[in-house]
Amino acid sequence: MATTPPGNLLMTTVDKAASWARTRSMFPATFGLACCAIEMMVSGTSHYDLARFGMEVFRASPRQADLMIVAGRVSQKMAPVLRQVYDQMPDPKWVISMGACASTGGMFNNYALVQGVDQIVPVDIYVPGCPPGPQSLMHGILSLHDKIMAGEIRN
Amino acid sequence: MGLLSELWRGLKVTGSTMLKTIGGSGLVTTEYPKEMRHKPQRFHGRHVLNRYPDGMEKCIGCQLCAGACPADCIYVRGKENDPESPVSPGERYGYVYEINMLRCIFCGLCVEACPTEAITMTHLFEMSTTNRQDAIYTRKELLMDESGKVPHMFPDDELADLDELNTADGWLRATAPSGVAAYEGVQMWQGTPGAASWDPEPSQEERDRASEGDDG
Repeated sequence: MATTPPGNLLMTTVDKAASWARTRSMFPATFGLACCAIEMMVSGTSHYDLARFGMEVFRASPRQADLMIVAGRVSQKMAPVLRQVYDQMPDPKWVISMGACASTGGMFNNYALVQGVDQIVPVDIYVPGCPPGPQSLMHGILSLHDKIMAGEIRN
Repeated sequence: MGLLSELWRGLKVTGSTMLKTIGGSGLVTTEYPKEMRHKPQRFHGRHVLNRYPDGMEKCIGCQLCAGACPADCIYVRGKENDPESPVSPGERYGYVYEINMLRCIFCGLCVEACPTEAITMTHLFEMSTTNRQDAIYTRKELLMDESGKVPHMFPDDELADLDELNTADGWLRATAPSGVAAYEGVQMWQGTPGAASWDPEPSQEERDRASEGDDG
């Protein structure tokens, strides 16, 4: 039984090169909301050094960012803002939900908080922890790299 | 002129720090995927369900951990032990044990609430998932096997450090009644996960003798 070749042979190589390039320079958007943001900032310092992954610039403008690290609890009032920042980011874009509060609401199961940021934006990686340490965050980032390298480019 | 000298003073610091890193001796960076930064002894990481040295499960399915949990992330259901082949020494055992790691805030209240020291914490922190379902850890992931090894969620992951689990020393001692006369000779918590046996709590005389040795 002959199997269908997976896509265009030439384009798969280009896909791989493009994915590699994307993983090596992901600019995160600044979206620190609570205590997780402190750990996110620590990840950029010399002891952990996110620059090793080409991520040292936390972009203040979503137009220049392709990764949103939602660090902290998202209140109902913050939800539309978060969605707008996400919409303003150019494709391709990814979202890391950092910490218990952003991922599920954590211990704040009440009316004020969004119970999981995936109700607003599509999340690629969930990082458990309260807050996750810099190494936990980096594990999430490396998992995202794996996901991008394994995936097919769509846009 | 003043501006140039100030510039020189400032850049001297930059330059000398840069020169220090040549050869790698002055570098402070921990290159995470290749090397781990040291974790404190009482680091609150992923939970583990323990066994007694004879292989019996410590969990008795009492649900005190679920009651103490401020985030309501633990779900326990107890079941009667089969008298022929009991799973735990008590009447019941934890038939269903689930922890939602994305809800968990790693406060350690479940560890303090547990009457049999069945649930403790390890140094494991790499738990990133791509969906919320994967973050719900069941007995399969949490329970250590009968040789005392703690199971790893992604054993094939190149980032996984399987040795760290067996060298971890992050067990809470906050509630251990160390030094209380009523607990003389009772076996207390062990320092590391695993099914090895550990020394019973020393009596007051033994403690005094040990401290006398220090004075002399």
